[in-house]
This record gives sequence, C-alpha cells and structure tokens, in this order.
Amino acid sequence: MMGLDGARVRAVARKDLQDFRRKRTIVLSMSLIPLTYLIVAMVLITVLSVTKNGSGPIPTVPLLYLLLNPVMMPAIVASYSVVGEREQGTLEPLLSTPLRQQELILGKAAAVMLPTIVLSYAVYALFLAFVALFAKSASASAVFHDGPALVSLVIFTPLLAGWSIAVGMAASVRANEARVAQQVATLSSFPAIAIVVFMMIGLIHPHFLVALEFAVGLALLDALILRLTIQMFNRERLIVGTVPTRKPGGGMMSSNP
Amino acid sequence: MTGGQPALVVEQLTKVFGERTAFSEISFEVGHGEIFGFLGPNGAGKTTTVRTLSTLIEPTSGTAIVAGMELRPENGVEIRQRIAVMPESPGLYLRLSVNENLQYFASLYGVTDATTKIASALESVNLGDRGLELCGGLSKGLRQRVALARTLLSDPTIMFLDEPTSGLDPVAALEVHNLILELRKRGVTIFLTTHRLEEAEKVCDRVAILNTTLRIVGKPKELREQLFEKQLVVRTVAPLSEPDKIFSAIHSVLQWRSSEPSSYVLTVSDVDVAAPEVSRSLISAGADILSVAEAQHSLEDVYLEIVDSGEKVGEP
Repeated sequence: MMGLDGARVRAVARKDLQDFRRKRTIVLSMSLIPLTYLIVAMVLITVLSVTKNGSGPIPTVPLLYLLLNPVMMPAIVASYSVVGEREQGTLEPLLSTPLRQQELILGKAAAVMLPTIVLSYAVYALFLAFVALFAKSASASAVFHDGPALVSLVIFTPLLAGWSIAVGMAASVRANEARVAQQVATLSSFPAIAIVVFMMIGLIHPHFLVALEFAVGLALLDALILRLTIQMFNRERLIVGTVPTRKPGGGMMSSNP
Repeated sequence: MTGGQPALVVEQLTKVFGERTAFSEISFEVGHGEIFGFLGPNGAGKTTTVRTLSTLIEPTSGTAIVAGMELRPENGVEIRQRIAVMPESPGLYLRLSVNENLQYFASLYGVTDATTKIASALESVNLGDRGLELCGGLSKGLRQRVALARTLLSDPTIMFLDEPTSGLDPVAALEVHNLILELRKRGVTIFLTTHRLEEAEKVCDRVAILNTTLRIVGKPKELREQLFEKQLVVRTVAPLSEPDKIFSAIHSVLQWRSSEPSSYVLTVSDVDVAAPEVSRSLISAGADILSVAEAQHSLEDVYLEIVDSGEKVGEP
C-alpha cells in the first residue's frame, strides 16, 4: 500500500489498546463473550457422547462452536472505532494530523485484532486443557485426533476475526451513529456464523482441502472489504456529515489522503 | 503583514454544501509570523474555512496555498504535517492521561524527542505538573490548555486556533493571549477565529470579518478610520445657549449634533486641529468645559457596522 507509515499505524493501535483497557464495557464484552463460549463448549463436550469409533460430528461441534468467538467478539468494538471517535469529538483533531486514512483503518483494525486473537487462542487452549483433564477418554481422543477441526481453529480464527473487523469498520466509517454501525456489524457477522454452523452440522466437512479453499476465499474477502473501507473513508463526510459537492466543471473532489 | 512570502494565500475560495453556501469567493493573504483574526457571526463560515484550509474538507472552487503547499488532495498529508489545528472542542481522549494524549499526537506527527517536546509544551500552557492526570478529570479550561499544548508539539508553520479561549476564565484567557503573542515572536503564523472582539483587538495584527463573503480585511485601527468619521465628544457643565453659532464658526468642524443635554458630538476633518480650536471657541463663549475627547470606536463597533450593513468593504 502506498505511503504507509508503520510508526503511525502502531501509534493508532497502541492508543486504542490503551483506551480499550480503561473502558469497562469493552473489557467486559471482550471477556464475557469468550468466557460464555468456553463454558458452553465445555458443557457440550461433557454431555455429548461420541460414536463407537470415536469419530463423527460430535467432537467437532464444540471445537467449531468456539470459532463463533472470533466472529462475535470484535464486531461491536470494530464498529465503534471510527464513529465512536466522531461521537466523542476526537475525530477532528485526529484527522487534522498527517495521518492517512489507511493508517488509521489499519491501526484501528490491529487494535481490535490483537486482543481477539490472543483471547480466542487462550480460550482454545483452556478448552483443550479441560478436554485433556476432565472429558471422557473417548471424547478427548476424538477431539485430539480431529486434525481438520484443530487446523480450522488455528487458520480460521484470524480470518473470521478479519471478516468481522473489516465489516465492522466499514459500518463505522459509513454510519452516522455508533448504534447503527453496531447493528450493521452484528448483522453482517451472520454469513460467517452460517459457515461455522454448516461445518458444525456437517453440511460442510472441514477436511484439509475445504479448510484451505475457505481460508483462501476468506482471506481475499477480508482484504477486499478492508480496501473498500479505506476507499469509503471520506474526511469531509465524517466531519460535516455530507459528501463533497460536485464542482461546476463536473469533477468530484473526493481524493482524500 | 510582516513581509516576505505569505504563509497563507487564499484566492476566490468557495465552499458549498448542497444548496447552502458556507463561504463564497473569499480572498486574503496572511504573512509569516502574523496573527490573523477571523471574525464573524455564528454560521458565517469561519470554522468551515479553517476546516477547508486544514484539508479536512474540500473547497468547491478557488485556490489556496497553505504553508507553501497548494491546497490539493494529494498535498493533504504534507500540509497537515506543516500546520496544527486546535478545534473549538478540545477533542481529548478522556480515559488517557495528559501525557498519553500528547504522546499519541507526537507519534502521529513523527516528533523526535517527544518527551522533551511534551514537557516543553505543557510548561508553555502552565500544565507542567499535570502530565500524569487523566484528561477526563480536568476542567474544561484545563482541557482547552492541553489541546493548545497539543498544537505546539510539531513546531507548525501555521496554527489554526478555533475559539482558543472559549470557556476559559479571564486569567487563563490572558495566559493564552500571552502564549499566542510569544508564538508570534517565534515566527509562527496564527490564524485565530474568535467571537471575542476584545481578544482580536488585543492580539491580532490584522482581522478579517466574514459573513459568508469576506466583508473586510485590515488592521483594527485602519478599519476604524475607514469606517467611522473622526469625531470629538464635547461635554460642558451647562447646556450651551447658542451651540450652532459656536460650532459653525470653526472651520475644522464639519457638522455637529447634541447627543444629550450638555454633550455634543462634532464631526471634524482632523482631530488634532479641531480639539484646540473647539476648546478655544468654547472658552471664548464663556462655556465651562468638562471634557473634549476623541470619540473611541472599538473593533466591536467596526464588527457591528460591517455585519449589520451587509456590504462588502474590501481591504484598505
């Protein structure tokens, strides 16, 4: 990407992380969502029985269920990121600095992605530790031998989080109110949820090739939405709520570094 | 203007939002190291002008050169690197400390030796010992000062200050005025929008009055001379028995009127010539004089005259 200053991207991410840590609602939502998914997954692996040969959809269900975590967790925070600054009155001084829109978007995306990844993997680790220690041996064996599901967890976590963050930020850049952005972001996480559910109920079998195909497709989609978000970013609309007026000559002054 | 290449050149700049014109065909120049006051009633287009010149919004037509760079979208980053903007609302992150807020902006401007710069900026606004406090715990006035400190971090060529003393008590406002005057000594160009006319009169080298179109640009003293006739106010102990006979006989008095009993407003050709002549004539007529003084017109009078008249006066 042209003219990207890594130091400014890091500065935006660092500031947002500092800000998140001190905002109780964000800390609560980013803690309660993974905790809830972890508890439900633990209950599922405990109460469900495995088939005789230890295979089938059962061990996959709680594992894939945990993939909802990186879909749901970042959506609300990402959707608040830009429109929230606008509502707090901090956007105008921020946009008055040399910061480019791609630096702002990437910095904010990184600030949401980092805790999402860390918390998601921590939840997986806790779940696997629980399975190893407390689950029936057949269930534990089935879980630890379900390679495609385990690989899906590792690969799809950043990609699904990327989807949620990209869509949330797109909503945040376009919406006039944080509440609207949050609703749009929540709705737009449904396709990702649907994919996870299809895998859980066996409509999509997460063997390696399917996982790879989905991963590549999702990665491309994430990059595309992030790029669109950067293109949609318009300082004038964010500051005054209107798009630039067409010049009498017909040219639109919309370029916006 | 202080001479040399202007820091800011604006030519025929116009901004239209749909059917509404924010400002139309404004043209002016601001010299390096000059404090330029931008005055006007609410909705006159002052803030929109600042936002346009600071590349936040696009002009509909017209051109400008800001800190040596042509106002074009592709120059946005470079222009913003050379200027600093303090919006009317401080826009601080309330859950972060003063130091953390300033550190963030120092990073965005690529300031080297940020710690020293932050300490220096905070000292400049008398907040040297408040760096560790959360901005959410500061009063409105203190937040305003932190926002001002933020504009100092990058050593800007031009500072756009939108109502910098809004919400400040008189002592804090005085400190801001002193800081602005200090910045001028360092060669910083200040573009100051304000509603406080006494503030503009006190710190600005020149002022412009905007009401969608630019009504007038000039030094406050020149504007007063341009807009108002030279007048003497004469007060006597008792009403004059034949004022017309006295005042009509004085060549330098062009016309006169009585504003109240024992008080007369004389329009004169030259105050320095008329004052002694009027005094002598009154004494000759046996009048007891309380005072003979030049009528003082404030910038507020100029402002009201311009805004009320709705006519474009131009640059003197």
